[in-house]
Amino acid sequence: MKVAEPLIKPVITAGAVQQKVTASLARRHRKERIFKGIGLAAVLASLALVLILFVNIFSKGLPAFWQSAITLDIYFDPQVINISEKPVQAANESDNAFRQRDIEWQTEVGFINFNRLITDSLTKVLPDASQHRRDLQRIVTSGERFALRDMVVQDTSIIGQTRTLHLLTDANIDVWLKGNIDRSLPDAMQQLSPKMREWVQLLSEQGLIQNRFSFALFMNADSRSSLASAGLAGAFMGSLYMMLVVIILAVPMGVAAAIYLEEFAPKNRFTDFVEVNINNLAAVPSIVFGLLGASVFIGWFNLPMSAPIVGGLVLSLMTLPTVIIATRSTLKAIPPSIRQAALGLGASKMQAIFHHVLPLAIPGILTGAILGVAQALGEAAPLLLIGMKSFVASVPGSPFDQSTALPVQIFLWQGNELRNFFEARTSAAIIVLLALMISLNALAIWLRKKYEKRW
Amino acid sequence: MSNVAQDNATNLKIIARDVKVFYGQAEAVKGISMDIAQNEVVAFIGPSGCGKSTFLRCFNRMNDTIEHCRVTGLIEMAGQNIYDPALDVVQLRAQVGMVFQKPNPFPKSIYENIAYGPKLHGLAERKADLDDIVESSLRRAGLWNEVKDRLDHPGTGLSGGQQQRLCIARTIAVSPEVILMDEPCSALDPIATSIIEELIDELKQNFTIVMVTHNMQQAARVSDKTAFFHLGELVEMGPTNELFTNPQNKRTEDYITGRYG
Repeated sequence: MKVAEPLIKPVITAGAVQQKVTASLARRHRKERIFKGIGLAAVLASLALVLILFVNIFSKGLPAFWQSAITLDIYFDPQVINISEKPVQAANESDNAFRQRDIEWQTEVGFINFNRLITDSLTKVLPDASQHRRDLQRIVTSGERFALRDMVVQDTSIIGQTRTLHLLTDANIDVWLKGNIDRSLPDAMQQLSPKMREWVQLLSEQGLIQNRFSFALFMNADSRSSLASAGLAGAFMGSLYMMLVVIILAVPMGVAAAIYLEEFAPKNRFTDFVEVNINNLAAVPSIVFGLLGASVFIGWFNLPMSAPIVGGLVLSLMTLPTVIIATRSTLKAIPPSIRQAALGLGASKMQAIFHHVLPLAIPGILTGAILGVAQALGEAAPLLLIGMKSFVASVPGSPFDQSTALPVQIFLWQGNELRNFFEARTSAAIIVLLALMISLNALAIWLRKKYEKRW
Repeated sequence: MSNVAQDNATNLKIIARDVKVFYGQAEAVKGISMDIAQNEVVAFIGPSGCGKSTFLRCFNRMNDTIEHCRVTGLIEMAGQNIYDPALDVVQLRAQVGMVFQKPNPFPKSIYENIAYGPKLHGLAERKADLDDIVESSLRRAGLWNEVKDRLDHPGTGLSGGQQQRLCIARTIAVSPEVILMDEPCSALDPIATSIIEELIDELKQNFTIVMVTHNMQQAARVSDKTAFFHLGELVEMGPTNELFTNPQNKRTEDYITGRYG
């Protein structure tokens, strides 16, 4: 029997197909290898850069967490601290009258020459230098006299007693001891006089000047008169207040706006327009938000300059689109079958969203919100324009007080004239900011893992 | 004979007259009229895209959730026009339950899945009442014995067939009058499918069931009446055994004999 001819002859025979495939295999595999190689190289390059960044920052910044301090026996000499009795509120005295008396007393304490206590103590450890009292005084950084004053104000019974204290040395001494200045430079180019260098050498050989953990970095606000005691507390609190404002304003507003736009808003030209503008807003350079804040919040609403409340408002505006976009994409990713199930049972739209969609969306929303807040926390540019780059020597007590912020503090310290002291200080501030950011990101990951549910 | 007709007229659960559904400009359902009696199981069959699911979703106004979808014509459920602006869609959906193509339990416990509807509508005053509703719903869905020891386990951890029965239990927990099923077995294996089919057979004692299916054998097995849809039109509707053995329309005959579909 004759084998039926196939009606349609194949254009290419099976053998030829195999040949062509084999011929092209090498080329296909080579392309894949090249692509993989490029990808791997990109990953390694970015990892290397991150590593360089971290090594650089940590090697520069970590030494700043320890700072030269001198151990001195301070005698609270009653002859120097010659003040009246600390006022005590009498039974029939009004609060105002007492406060008046207390302020008068504190003013009296403020006039005491606490430097003399320090110098007296120094002459005991450096008897040869007793005729150079003015120079001796410069060993301890000028801010420490206020630490002594505060001790007296707190507890007057200290007068007449001797206390062993660790007092921060002058910033230049710290620089000298850490070797941040070339010791072979001629005298004219040194930050310390030959006499002072001799004393410092002597004191550190005696073990009186040592590197101690720098609580000043965390407890003090910025300082220009006593550089060694300049700290991050003011900037840290400022950043914290701004974060609070952003969390209170941007997160709920952003989430609510996203839910409305995604679930309730009718799809028409107007919502399209809103959507395009939200995306545009996310692309606006942050410094522009600073200009907006300066003219609207400070110019029109007369909010205080340099205040975390204004900074927080500006950063909220900046974070809002990020939160909205993240929330919307999370809501979009929730399978519509869940919504249908709830609606099919007779849940209203609101109930379907709040009972079923939102609980599933929470991990995504939280992640988006926290990343938005972290981004805001690291922002410096808009804050420069609303006055938050001004020098503030106190820790803000409320969001309405003048303050600076961590990234701005980094900017300010980076530009300080005493370069070889503040270079390390700047890196230390960067480490603190990075630690804060990494904790926030870790929190985001933890929350995501905690609330993550499969459907 | 007239007696039967009268009986049917008084027992009519759903009346649809000249129902048209538009997606934007496209007309997906082209003027369908249909009567469905109480406690009847009606199967909708037809090739993909013939409008049977769209028509089914008119009965609980699920089409409302779709953008640019417009429904005209009249649908009455127990004498009430369901597209009456005065009627709240929530009320309708408590009355007309729906089981979807893919099992879609909530990512919550089995108990919570069943209890959600009754809680929503305030059907149980006390916890004990709610427990009763959950148990009886699961029993009627034939799932009780399999899950009674793990009511607090997630509903999403069940097998596909169990999930679909959970969804059916969830639907009957709010005691609807009509249950709509949109290809309830298309994502299930043959064994799970046969369990669901048996379940449908039992449920028709208490509920009116309208189901869409791609499986003609299934329609033949479980339904009292079958409606054949083609290109948005209702081609033919009649008692199931008549429609399958003696179709009146050429298109129906071609479809059920496998000429196209």
